[in-house]
Amino acid sequence: MRPVDIIEGKVSVLDRADVDTDQIIPKQFLKRVERTGFGEFLFYDWIRGGEIELESNPILVAGRNFGCGSSREHAPWALEDFGFQAILAPSFADIFYSNCTKIGLLPAILDEQRCRAVAEAGEARIDVDDETVTCAAGVFEFAIEPDVKHRLLNGLDDIGITLENAAAIDTFESAGTTTHGPVTTTL
Amino acid sequence: MPKTMFDKLWEAHQVSEGLIYIDLHLVHEVTSPQAFEGLRLAGRGVRRPDKTLATADHNVPTDGTMAARLIADELSRIQVETLERNCEEFGIPLYSLGSERQGIVHVIGPELGVTQPGMTIVCGDSHTSTHGAFGALAFGIGTSEVEHVLATQCLVQKRPKTMRISYAGELGAGVTSKDLILATIGKLGTGGMVGHAVEYAGPAIEALAMPGRMTICNMTIEGGGRAGMIAPDETTFEWVRGKPGAPADFDTAVERWKQLPTEAGAEFDTEVEVDAAAISPMVTWGTTPGMVVQVTDSVPDPAQMDSPADREAAERALAYMGLEAGTPMTEVAPERVFIGSCTSSRIEDLREAAAVVDGRRVAGSVRAMVVPGSQQVKAEAEAEGLHDVFRSAGFEWREAGCSMCLGMNPDTLIEGERCASTSNRNFEGRQGKGGRTHLVSPKMAAAAAIEGHFVDIRDWS
Repeated sequence: MRPVDIIEGKVSVLDRADVDTDQIIPKQFLKRVERTGFGEFLFYDWIRGGEIELESNPILVAGRNFGCGSSREHAPWALEDFGFQAILAPSFADIFYSNCTKIGLLPAILDEQRCRAVAEAGEARIDVDDETVTCAAGVFEFAIEPDVKHRLLNGLDDIGITLENAAAIDTFESAGTTTHGPVTTTL
Repeated sequence: MPKTMFDKLWEAHQVSEGLIYIDLHLVHEVTSPQAFEGLRLAGRGVRRPDKTLATADHNVPTDGTMAARLIADELSRIQVETLERNCEEFGIPLYSLGSERQGIVHVIGPELGVTQPGMTIVCGDSHTSTHGAFGALAFGIGTSEVEHVLATQCLVQKRPKTMRISYAGELGAGVTSKDLILATIGKLGTGGMVGHAVEYAGPAIEALAMPGRMTICNMTIEGGGRAGMIAPDETTFEWVRGKPGAPADFDTAVERWKQLPTEAGAEFDTEVEVDAAAISPMVTWGTTPGMVVQVTDSVPDPAQMDSPADREAAERALAYMGLEAGTPMTEVAPERVFIGSCTSSRIEDLREAAAVVDGRRVAGSVRAMVVPGSQQVKAEAEAEGLHDVFRSAGFEWREAGCSMCLGMNPDTLIEGERCASTSNRNFEGRQGKGGRTHLVSPKMAAAAAIEGHFVDIRDWS
């Protein structure tokens, strides 16, 4: 994952609540076995059906509970591949939020009024280190977990970090209650 | 300080701050190929194949195709064959097409007995919350996290908040676990449980058999919850006893599992109370599971809604669903009926539906299908003669898979078709582009198939 520090530029707006991952990337595109190339299928039915227009910009402002439903990481892959580097919304679904942070797509929570202000401003500058969104309407703060921020700023791979801790996993496993034994190979 | 069941599970699995050990990792063909590819690129292996189990479910045709290489759709075939190759390469047990243990991942875990109380369970699928019905901490993860668990058997997790939903009273006749969870989501909203691990409690929950408990935990994600869970009890232990994956020292395991339930006086971040006795059979009218009413109600009027966002969403939903505000739900007429999915495709669900259709005929305007959740469910149902009941009534009886729950296989709705579905999501296009989904219980779906419109199952005979 590449480091994420400053995200700056024009803003696209999708003013709808409860946008689910089935809309972000419909199921027929989940059959690919690669991680790339999902951008052209983003919001496939809504865009093809002429329901919405969406420009490829660095920042997307969305409605509450964005990314609800399926755990498909294809949704953040598609948003990122389309060109978005950050999504601002009043709230996100848990799994979607976590999936975004794993690939360096910044999810930032701003209340509805501030989301609207950024949308109206049309451009913004997001500083991950300072945890701020700056636009014509003002400087808005958002919160992000310190370890998530650390990973984003440094472009760190979660697995690499965890494997540095391999001794702790060994210790945990050898402490051994019965659920620590084989589960699936004894069937 | 008294502890919640969640607290106990979390603390028992914490390897270090924010790093949780995973006891069971379930894998399917859709969300895993990129994870295995990531392992290969980094030269990493699977740490604990003996705690990992794979099956093919999302993509599989339900028409009797009994081997991956025979799947007609090329992309689906490649995905299932890729899963087979990956499992072979990394030594992961797999029940693919053709196996008598193949089925929907959230059906086969419990039926094989690998889903057990006290475990942490993950899968690259949001409905992993199903397994919480056993007193496990179970939740869906994304593909990057699948790769992380394969490589480390651990997951980086922020501790969620806790919520308890307590149900007072008992469910009325004809009212099922599906109605209970739909009513709960209707009350709390699709984002009402976000950030929480949710424990369901009270006599109405304790009275349920395991399949009903699984239906409730399954749909926790539709309320935005991270995980759903129910305290294990004798009903739980009896389910696991004798299953192929049950612990060898079963009695010792039961003693350990009995320590899991939330202690008296333990505090939750959020407490919710619901009157179970007041719940009616439910039907969704819109495009989120929270857009739901009692079957005795009418399609709501967006003009009556307080918030502009809700009003706009409701207007859009009604336009998509082709419904007029004020129409009684019992006048809404589905052309398709789907009984299946990880929410409601276990043997008990099929028995409930079969009891409704026994000796009757599907309405001429309806095409109805039953898709058992697993090959084992199918075999059990056939041994009981349920397939004959369904077939004589005019239902299609199919092979195990996710089928029309998400339309990644040939089972889909066509544009504008209206479906009574026992699945979990009524999102736009979920069951096929332009398809209109109404979520209901297996009984309600079965009755709608017979009558050609929704009926109140309580006064239908």
